[in-house]
Amino acid sequence: MFHISSILKISVLTAAVCFAAASAMAQNTDQSTEKPTDPQIADIAYTADQIDIAAANLALEKTKTRAVRSFADEMVRDHEAVSKKVLALLDKLNVKPEDNDTSKSLVDSASEKQVELLQLSGAAFDKAYAANEVAYHQTVIAALEKTLIPDAQNGELKSLLQTGLKLFQEHQKHAEHLVSELK
Amino acid sequence: MPIRSKIRTGGALAFCFVSLASPSFGADPRVHRIGVDKLAFGTAPGGLHVNDIVEWTNSDILRHTATATDGSFDVDLPAGATGRTILKRAGGVTYVCRFHPGMKGRLEVAP
Repeated sequence: MFHISSILKISVLTAAVCFAAASAMAQNTDQSTEKPTDPQIADIAYTADQIDIAAANLALEKTKTRAVRSFADEMVRDHEAVSKKVLALLDKLNVKPEDNDTSKSLVDSASEKQVELLQLSGAAFDKAYAANEVAYHQTVIAALEKTLIPDAQNGELKSLLQTGLKLFQEHQKHAEHLVSELK
Repeated sequence: MPIRSKIRTGGALAFCFVSLASPSFGADPRVHRIGVDKLAFGTAPGGLHVNDIVEWTNSDILRHTATATDGSFDVDLPAGATGRTILKRAGGVTYVCRFHPGMKGRLEVAP
């Protein structure tokens, strides 16, 4: 159930991060818009990782394609490592992740996407999963660049998000490669 | 005079010590260290020779590898781990992380 609900979060996550990016841009002109706090940013980063892990776990259940399995293994390994660090940092700073509209919308759109993916199988699943991974990583990259990294106050959180950005960029390239392989 | 010769002796001894400790003395293999962090390999050290050792230390939170594209080495680097390889051939070798192929490095090895 965790998988499914988390995967469901994928699409929501996408929408949420879009929202975050949009509100970040809005902040440039509207100073009254509130910036996310560090506990909220940490929650968004953690949610973003969990959504991608859930999608990868679904792929590992459904796919028989070696390249897709290997990509999904990479997503699980890397995003679990980042998630663990986010939690360890929150623990160290003695703060709790704080739910927020961005995390919620990430989860909502991910959930929708997961429902779609659940209905597919074989090559159709592989293609849809890979295409969604490209889109999802692009969305999170935009949010990290425009909102999460600039707004993070704590130096360690900022540094962790910067590693996260490089990781999402690397994964996006890999996802694009996967899409072209599956054509 | 006795004082001067003592100084000379001391100077000569110090010189010997420096020579023995200097890495350029003899042909013993040297260890060259490369850091790995934030999905990037550190700058490759210069002065690499055949039989020298290259040691990578992964300070990143992610698992990486240092994998030669010509298959000459494949070093697993879990987060926080150190791994090494002995340089067996002269020439240039490009290496990547198998998990993150955007991570690239190159070693130039002299005979």
